Amino acid sequence: MTDSKYFTTTKKGEIFELKAELNSDKKEKKKEAVKKVIASMTVGKDVSALFPDVVNCMQTDNLELKKLVYLYLMNYAKSQPDMAIMAVNTFVKDCEDPNPLIRALAVRTMGCIRVDKITEYLCEPLRKCLKDEDPYVRKTAAVCVAKLHDINAQLVEDQGFLDTLKDLISDSNPMVVANAVAALSEIAESHPSSNLLDLNPQSINKLLTALNECTEWGQIFILDCLANYTPKDDREAQSICERVTPRLSHANSAVVLSAVKVLMKFMEMLSKDLDYYGTLLKKLAPPLVTLLSAEPELQYVALRNINLIVQKRPEILKHEMKVFFVKYNDPIYVKLEKLDIMIRLASQANIAQVLAELKEYATEVDVDFVRKAVRAIGRCAIKVEQSAERCVSTLLDLIQTKVNYVVQEAIVVIKDIFRKYPNKYESVIATLCENLDSLDEPEARAAMIWIVGEYAERIDNADELLESFLEGFHDESTQVQLQLLTAIVKLFLKKPTETQELVQQVLSLATQDSDNPDLRDRGYIYWRLLSTDPVAAKEVVLAEKPLISEETDLIEPTLLDELICYIGTLASVYHKPPSAFVEGGRGVVHKSLPPRTASSESAESPETAPTGAPPGEQPDVIPAQGDLLGDLLNLDLGPPVSGPPLATSSVQMGAVDLLGGGLDSLMGDEPEGIGGTNFVAPPTAAVPANLGAPIGSGLSDLFDLTSGVGTLSGSYVAPKAVWLPAMKAKGLEISGTFTRQVGSISMDLQLTNKALQVMTDFAIQFNRNSFGLAPAAPLQVHAPLSPNQTVEISLPLSTVGSVMKMEPLNNLQVAVKNNIDVFYFSTLYPLHILFVEDGKMDRQMFLATWKDIPNENEAQFQIRDCPLNAEAASSKLQSSNIFTVAKRNVEGQDMLYQSLKLTNGIWVLAELRIQPGNPSCTLSLKCRAPEVSQHVYQAYETILKN
Amino acid sequence: MIGGLFIYNHKGEVLISRVYRDDIGRNAVDAFRVNVIHARQQVRSPVTNIARTSFFHVKRSNIWLAAVTKQNVNAAMVFEFLYKMCDVMAAYFGKISEENIKSNFVLIYELLDEILDFGYPQNSETGALKTFITQQGIKSQHQTKEEQSQITSQVTGQIGWRREGIKYRRNELFLDVLESVNLLMSPQGQVLSAHVSGRVVMKSYLSGMPECKFGMNDKIVIEKQGKGTADETSKSGKQSIAIDDCTFHQCVRLSKFDSERSISFIPPDGEFELMRYRTTKDIILPFRVIPLVREVGRTKLEVKVVIKSNFKPSLLAQKIEVRIPTPLNTSGVQVICMKGKAKYKASENAIVWKIKRMAGMKESQISAEIELLPTNDKKKWARPPISMNFEVPFAPSGLKVRYLKVFEPKLNYSDHDVIKWVRYIGRSGIYETRC
Repeated sequence: MTDSKYFTTTKKGEIFELKAELNSDKKEKKKEAVKKVIASMTVGKDVSALFPDVVNCMQTDNLELKKLVYLYLMNYAKSQPDMAIMAVNTFVKDCEDPNPLIRALAVRTMGCIRVDKITEYLCEPLRKCLKDEDPYVRKTAAVCVAKLHDINAQLVEDQGFLDTLKDLISDSNPMVVANAVAALSEIAESHPSSNLLDLNPQSINKLLTALNECTEWGQIFILDCLANYTPKDDREAQSICERVTPRLSHANSAVVLSAVKVLMKFMEMLSKDLDYYGTLLKKLAPPLVTLLSAEPELQYVALRNINLIVQKRPEILKHEMKVFFVKYNDPIYVKLEKLDIMIRLASQANIAQVLAELKEYATEVDVDFVRKAVRAIGRCAIKVEQSAERCVSTLLDLIQTKVNYVVQEAIVVIKDIFRKYPNKYESVIATLCENLDSLDEPEARAAMIWIVGEYAERIDNADELLESFLEGFHDESTQVQLQLLTAIVKLFLKKPTETQELVQQVLSLATQDSDNPDLRDRGYIYWRLLSTDPVAAKEVVLAEKPLISEETDLIEPTLLDELICYIGTLASVYHKPPSAFVEGGRGVVHKSLPPRTASSESAESPETAPTGAPPGEQPDVIPAQGDLLGDLLNLDLGPPVSGPPLATSSVQMGAVDLLGGGLDSLMGDEPEGIGGTNFVAPPTAAVPANLGAPIGSGLSDLFDLTSGVGTLSGSYVAPKAVWLPAMKAKGLEISGTFTRQVGSISMDLQLTNKALQVMTDFAIQFNRNSFGLAPAAPLQVHAPLSPNQTVEISLPLSTVGSVMKMEPLNNLQVAVKNNIDVFYFSTLYPLHILFVEDGKMDRQMFLATWKDIPNENEAQFQIRDCPLNAEAASSKLQSSNIFTVAKRNVEGQDMLYQSLKLTNGIWVLAELRIQPGNPSCTLSLKCRAPEVSQHVYQAYETILKN
Repeated sequence: MIGGLFIYNHKGEVLISRVYRDDIGRNAVDAFRVNVIHARQQVRSPVTNIARTSFFHVKRSNIWLAAVTKQNVNAAMVFEFLYKMCDVMAAYFGKISEENIKSNFVLIYELLDEILDFGYPQNSETGALKTFITQQGIKSQHQTKEEQSQITSQVTGQIGWRREGIKYRRNELFLDVLESVNLLMSPQGQVLSAHVSGRVVMKSYLSGMPECKFGMNDKIVIEKQGKGTADETSKSGKQSIAIDDCTFHQCVRLSKFDSERSISFIPPDGEFELMRYRTTKDIILPFRVIPLVREVGRTKLEVKVVIKSNFKPSLLAQKIEVRIPTPLNTSGVQVICMKGKAKYKASENAIVWKIKRMAGMKESQISAEIELLPTNDKKKWARPPISMNFEVPFAPSGLKVRYLKVFEPKLNYSDHDVIKWVRYIGRSGIYETRC
């Protein structure tokens, strides 16, 4: 008997027939029918119409049939919540079954049914199962708590399941411990601040004991949890490391990688002088190498992680170059990763071997792999100076193969070699020029043009070569156009006499015939430079370029440290922090390596500088695309970034001899003639930035004024906090705060450009939020924001936007756009910016309302360390629109009765009890919407304490 | 954690779909099909991110297994789980094929429910699973209470891989030392990289809960023991081997290995892989390949390959196969070989030379003339390496089993009563010589 026949029924009226079969009296027939239903469900057919009939089959002692029905329930219960209730009874009954397998099955399945009404019934059976005598039931119940938490977090907290779960960490059965750890870790992730896991030396000890006894999967859960712990000193770190190292010999690669994660993280705390530190380093290498004999998919995960480890601690694998040699039959994704690691490990000691390998790879079949291999040869040349000559000759050999993409890739890397070792390998230029015609990729063309421009004085026919490119100027990509423009200007500055015509031609092509603002701007810059001060032009255009260094693609150190904390996980595979690919709040807690303990602080070698090394120590990298510095130094390395085309401005150019005068002055000894009588200065209309300036500055004046007033009489303003770190927003850092001044709310922003590239086109948008906050005006950033520049903006806000309740209530999700990308962040606004000016309630009204609001809506809070007397508190609060309605003195205590109103009309009544001489005061809040109380309390606290 | 698990046939039709997490919607099934299985360009990574959902996949013959998640899961764990899933399925119904999966879909759903709970892998040892998930289905009332609690204690217990009360009339065990020797050699005969990856596979048919201890000629152990008697050190020191790294089945007590380097364990019943290891020093390379390729003009290639066997003359290597790649534009091949049979296989673009048996310290040779069609293709032929397959009756790493002691204090059989068999097999892994 096989079950495959169930997949083949496709006839019409099937549902009807199934219905009949499900209601059949014969058990066998029923079971057959349920199987058919499951098969249809798998294929994607909608069989939800059979819900009542399938649920009717649930009451059975046949375990197989029961499991099938449960499977059906898990899929369709959500779409039929009312009918799903029918199943509750059976579940509750099954949870009492004498057979532990059935008890566990019931509690496991019930947790997967996401229907509110069912969840309520789940609590009691779950509570029993968590304390069941059978470990199999307990381990299932532990996971069920996590399931329930995912459906209704509040319920789990209210029912005290978290405490029961914590108790399970001390369970006698290792698998129960492992599942409890897994469940707690998951729950803790969604409550980053709560100290749910409460790891301390005792609980760590329990976990380490369970580690030796549980299944391979359990070991992974425990190790991943251990990695979140920060030992109190280096001694504790070492003792944990000692107990974790045996896991490096486990057959399961995931256990090994998770152990590596714990060790890499805790090693951070160990002193380098310790013998143990060296032992640990040696112990790490072999298991990492062994991972490379796993199946290819795991090899890929391992290699992505090794890539990180090699960057963090190069000493671990520095002698293991050979294992990263590519095998002919490796899948392509393994090959590419190995190549990356080979380059990282390349050093003077092994460069000969590496080069021989790379040359071998450059003759393979896969185009991407070959390209990467060629590129790798160039990188070796830059990294290991001694090998540069050999690399160049290898590249020349490869160019001789005439394989088109090999030649193009080689030329791109040779350009980098020229930059690293100027005036050293120019003899190869002739060979490169022979291949000019075969270049059809923009990057290679741009590289070649750069070389011609840079060495124009040594290439006899440089003008002819560049002229040949100029013929098809309009068909070239922006990258090539920009490079061509610069190269010709360089050529002109070097050989002014013969190339005057050429430079005029290219300048007019760039400024008049192009729609691309980058190209036009650059054209104008050169034009103006040449027309006003050719000597300065020479200094700018032919300036010495900064050297490029070997490490062109290192992961930025803070990100690297974060990724080390995520070894083994998806983040380490993508080389991105989890926030980049995980939705919502889950798993986006920023992790960082533990700091080295003070006792062990000693002379650090720079290669392993501790986390957050000052930027000065970071190696220079080849400037990223569009980078300003690179632009001025005419290096167009990246792909073109085309901005939105501007409307062609009405630039009218006289067809005059544009450069006559400049030419004279260039040739002449004295720079007198620069006055530029013959020069036609380029029209200013093309500089759009100027246009907006006057209006812009006027506006900001206006804001200055208001903010001046605001600080005097407005409510408390918190200092600016960083909302969006530069790391997450490609260099844009946003910090800000909220203010309320004379009835208007605004968001004071400070934008800082920490990238090397100009930022423009800013815009802002809010997600729907609890109080309908929305920008009342567009974000005004008047001029482009150049690198390292900071601009302060005050964005007026209104409260008429669309409303959606957020969690927490005062959460505001913001999107900021600029020319680079769109960035998202969320921030919490203090509630007092929403307290309106007419929030003073009349006494009678206050009394009536206070009585009217039910007592369960009253919330009480303690405000500690606030040694203010009633007057001072009252006036402080009043400036933030919390009004004192009445004041009483009861038994030596001052009672302030206060009212405030939120922008959406919600009234909050407060009773503030201040005891002279006692620094803490008591706040009771009453409100018809009790969920705001917590936030009002926070507002009180911030206002009173500042 | 894992949000869902899907199995597809080669056409991309869903055979099994099990969703564990609410954040995975039905459209995830289609997203993988469209973007990976039916992708126009072959997907170049086993991990794919489609619309903020990550897919992990492995392929077995023409079946795709995909795990889906929206969280930052432990990626290594997901792949280990997928392999384990394949092992479990294979243990239940043999080859993983479309037909077998369709015939056993109820069983697979049952397994998936058991070994993955809310996306967290649970006990997945086949030995344990088979006690309560069977193809027939269990009727609950047929089990006694003791049976039930025995099952659950085994599934969750410390020794989840072995049940109690196993009895054999004859206590017997088999040890297979299986090694694959990998080599990459330059045309000039220089070893670019060589390593042995070995496995010790044990088949145990032992009664009760036997405590086992395994010993081999591990350099570290021998040197430690040899401290007392200097004689023995010099005698056995030569034969000991340096193990770069080893990993063990979960039954081995790792902390004991770490502290004393002794391998002790209670084995699962039947066959299992006790350990894996890797060595790189003093490897005996059973064969040496000496290639000679000469390009005679644009339309002809002359190839001569010599193989030399490098082990004791009394031993016999088997299943020897040398694979010499030929260019894509080959039009004809003439081969002459001293031993065995050689054939040009146009479909594989290679000359395949097979020799049934070959003793140690021997030499053999093949020469071939390859005629080429003239082409306009400027790209030179990549010259893939010459690869070799063989099987030899010794361990190329030099590993020797010194003992395997069995103790079962509760039952009255001793170490001497156990019949033990040891066998060494060395096979070629990726054994390549560039030409």
